[in-house]
Amino acid sequence: MNYHWNWGIFFEPNPMGTGTYLDMLLSGLALTLKTAVLAWIIALIFGSIVGVMRTLPSRAAYWFGFCWVEFFRNMPLLVQLFLWFFVLPELLPKAAGTWLKQLPNAPFWTAAIGVGFFMSARVAVQLQAGIGSLPRGQKMAATALGLTTMQGYRYVLLPMAFRIILPPLTSEFLNTIKNTAVAITIGLLELTGQARSMQEFSFQVFEAFTAATLIYLLVNAVVVTSMRFLERYVAIPGYITGK
Amino acid sequence: MIEISHVNKWYSPTFQVLTDCTTSVTKGEVVVVCGPSGSGKSTLIKCVNALEPFQEGDISVDGTKVNDPKTNLPKLRSRVGMVFQHFELFPHLKIIDNLCLAQQKVLDRSRDKAVAKAEQLLERVGLKEQAQKFPAQLSGGQQQRVAIARALAMDPIVMLFDEPTSALDPEMVSEVLDVMVDLAHEGMTMMVVTHEMGFARKVANRVIFMDRGEIVEDADKEDFFGKPRSDRAQKFLSKILSH
Repeated sequence: MNYHWNWGIFFEPNPMGTGTYLDMLLSGLALTLKTAVLAWIIALIFGSIVGVMRTLPSRAAYWFGFCWVEFFRNMPLLVQLFLWFFVLPELLPKAAGTWLKQLPNAPFWTAAIGVGFFMSARVAVQLQAGIGSLPRGQKMAATALGLTTMQGYRYVLLPMAFRIILPPLTSEFLNTIKNTAVAITIGLLELTGQARSMQEFSFQVFEAFTAATLIYLLVNAVVVTSMRFLERYVAIPGYITGK
Repeated sequence: MIEISHVNKWYSPTFQVLTDCTTSVTKGEVVVVCGPSGSGKSTLIKCVNALEPFQEGDISVDGTKVNDPKTNLPKLRSRVGMVFQHFELFPHLKIIDNLCLAQQKVLDRSRDKAVAKAEQLLERVGLKEQAQKFPAQLSGGQQQRVAIARALAMDPIVMLFDEPTSALDPEMVSEVLDVMVDLAHEGMTMMVVTHEMGFARKVANRVIFMDRGEIVEDADKEDFFGKPRSDRAQKFLSKILSH
């Protein structure tokens, strides 16, 4: 292999005139983080609602939750993003479709919502398992005290269920960050996208993707560490692995 | 206070758990429900505050029909205290907050009032020093006393006990029974599912014996322990009193 290594490339100006190649990667990182955080918020909100619905006695709620989860988890993420980005605007009435296509930052919003819904199915299933793992008597005790179903979930079941599923939720947060890379296919210039353009401009493919890899590792290390702190912070004295 | 008339309950079309159960508990009365496991005692007591639905018959508490769809069940349940076999304290809340949660959320008491009430009740069950601990840091007997205090904090008109000492180590049974005996002497209306015949002898007014979902015997305490009318009750008594 006749490859010309050049680690100094990061400090050379990029052809877009936006500073160095490193600046390019960092702007990609910023976009990756923005997309991931928004997607994670969406995943948590919708995942919580759908996860709770899957544990309610109501058949309708259960079926809604079932359909939501099976729809979003049984299709490849890539196909889902294509659906939202390329297919949905064509299916809508012409005016609405045109309006959607002309929205500023369309790749960003599509990626955040698309990844968010995809991940919400996974959060929902885990929350359902977390709630299901609580003793049946907990719900009964809450009910017997006169708490409504909503109050029972809010004050009794969910605080415990979320504590139980915190470790797997950490993995899902990491997956959310990594999954935003798929958005390169709808033109989002996030970290992977910027690494790719760096490669195309400079032909330093190994340097570009080594840098991207290290940045992903670093970000995920920060997430893992802070989730460990969160786990310890919400641990219950005397309970399982409490403090 | 509690009127149970002709209650039938099926878990499936072929599996009947309660068969034509009729009995009542008057104000200030202590009624002990006993019988072999699987006889439907726990199910029956859970029907009283509608934790378990039933298909036929009527149950009313203080004149309010439990099985009427128009009944405000959370409100009714808030006036019926319940103590469970496995305590069912809320593990993520301190003892004091276990006692305050429903007072504040269901009865709309102020935090100060709720805390005052909780402290007074903890004092009464001898656990005032444990107020700031978490349930998992207490012994089983202490947890069950907290559970009784939690139910009393709602100022219930009647208390239901579902095998309150069955999950306890032998040396902790008496501390819980002592609290229950005090409660009975103060005139609390109580329906108690238990195998503690000593407790029944001491404070019960009536004893109900159930077998295979039916109320086989419903007699005054003296009659029940003197000479039960049914063979099945006699056999049951001879087995549990012989040790």
